[in-house]
Amino acid sequence: MKQLAIFLFAALVGATAQAAEYKIDTKGAHAFIQFRIKHLGYSWLYGRFDDFDGSFFYDDKAPEKSTVNVNIDVTSLNSNHAERDKHLRGSDFLDVAKFPTATFKSTAFESLGEGKAKLSGELTLRGVTKPITIDVTEIGGGKDPWGGYRQGFTGTTEFALKDFGIDYNLGPASQKVEMILDIEGVKI
Amino acid sequence: MSARNSDNQYGWVAIVLHWLMAPAIIGLFALGWWMRQLSYYDPWYRQGPELHKSVGILLLGLLLFRLLWKLINPSPAAEPKTPRWQSLAARMAHGAIYLLLLAIMCSGYLISTADGRAIEVFGWFSLAATIQGIPNQEDIAGQVHEVLAWCLMALVVLHALAALKHHFIDRDATLRKILGLGAKPVSDKPLSQPQESLTTTK
Repeated sequence: MKQLAIFLFAALVGATAQAAEYKIDTKGAHAFIQFRIKHLGYSWLYGRFDDFDGSFFYDDKAPEKSTVNVNIDVTSLNSNHAERDKHLRGSDFLDVAKFPTATFKSTAFESLGEGKAKLSGELTLRGVTKPITIDVTEIGGGKDPWGGYRQGFTGTTEFALKDFGIDYNLGPASQKVEMILDIEGVKI
Repeated sequence: MSARNSDNQYGWVAIVLHWLMAPAIIGLFALGWWMRQLSYYDPWYRQGPELHKSVGILLLGLLLFRLLWKLINPSPAAEPKTPRWQSLAARMAHGAIYLLLLAIMCSGYLISTADGRAIEVFGWFSLAATIQGIPNQEDIAGQVHEVLAWCLMALVVLHALAALKHHFIDRDATLRKILGLGAKPVSDKPLSQPQESLTTTK
């Protein structure tokens, strides 16, 4: 009975999320910045950036006020193949020696209802800043078992490599890269 | 010709090692430089690095044998008229070439094995990874590999120029010794020596 009471209390608090600032939980690795690009048009190649940090503001009563800021250490690229990673970090692709950091700063958040949204923002990658739009789905939020409060989203976007100054020819099927973004924030 | 070196002459093992490795080393430098510029759709995009790695590993084996061979053989003395500082500089340059070769091969190995993958040598055998997981290992090893390769090429040019200087200006037998043409000094006669010079003067 007591446990049920605690559960109900927790569920109630969980359901009444307030406007709050969240730190993206990279410390506990509950956030992933992944990309995928077609290999020759025959399969998907996946990679990710292991080191990044960021925060977001979210108010489920006024989602349009949401903002997100993320900094990515581009040198942490990992596609599970050292020689490929070296090439991707080199000047043919991300040129991380010159541009070690990528950033995303949101400019607008448009709620589409049912937990869907469009997040607009500026992505700076390889020294080029371009507007991108991320299709966002809210996964969930609420109390965690350790006294914190969490909120999580998933998002996808895609852009052409050329838009960010990468013109190495990987073939006609590999002009665009998709980003698959999963973030879980812990309320600060 | 003897297999082993003498005090004034190289044996055929040292000579074969030198002339087997010299073109391989220069060839690997050229291949390494060229293959990095290949487009993704070039047939050599995959073959180039595979050849580079395979030859590199075999070269490492040859280098280790060569150093062992050097250790258990006398080194032919410098030509009598060579100034002391020159023979000292030559010894230092030779030592630096060996060290650079070793460092370049190790750094190359550390690039390709940074993720735990082994290096395939012509599909004949593979060399397993050992040190891995250093942050950005492949990038650091790659930079070391490139910078040291250029240093090596600078020394190779110096080495070749020094050999030519001995042959054409000092007119001594330095170059002839590593060609297996014997220790007979080049006379004032025309430079190309007939086969008779295979017999050595002591």
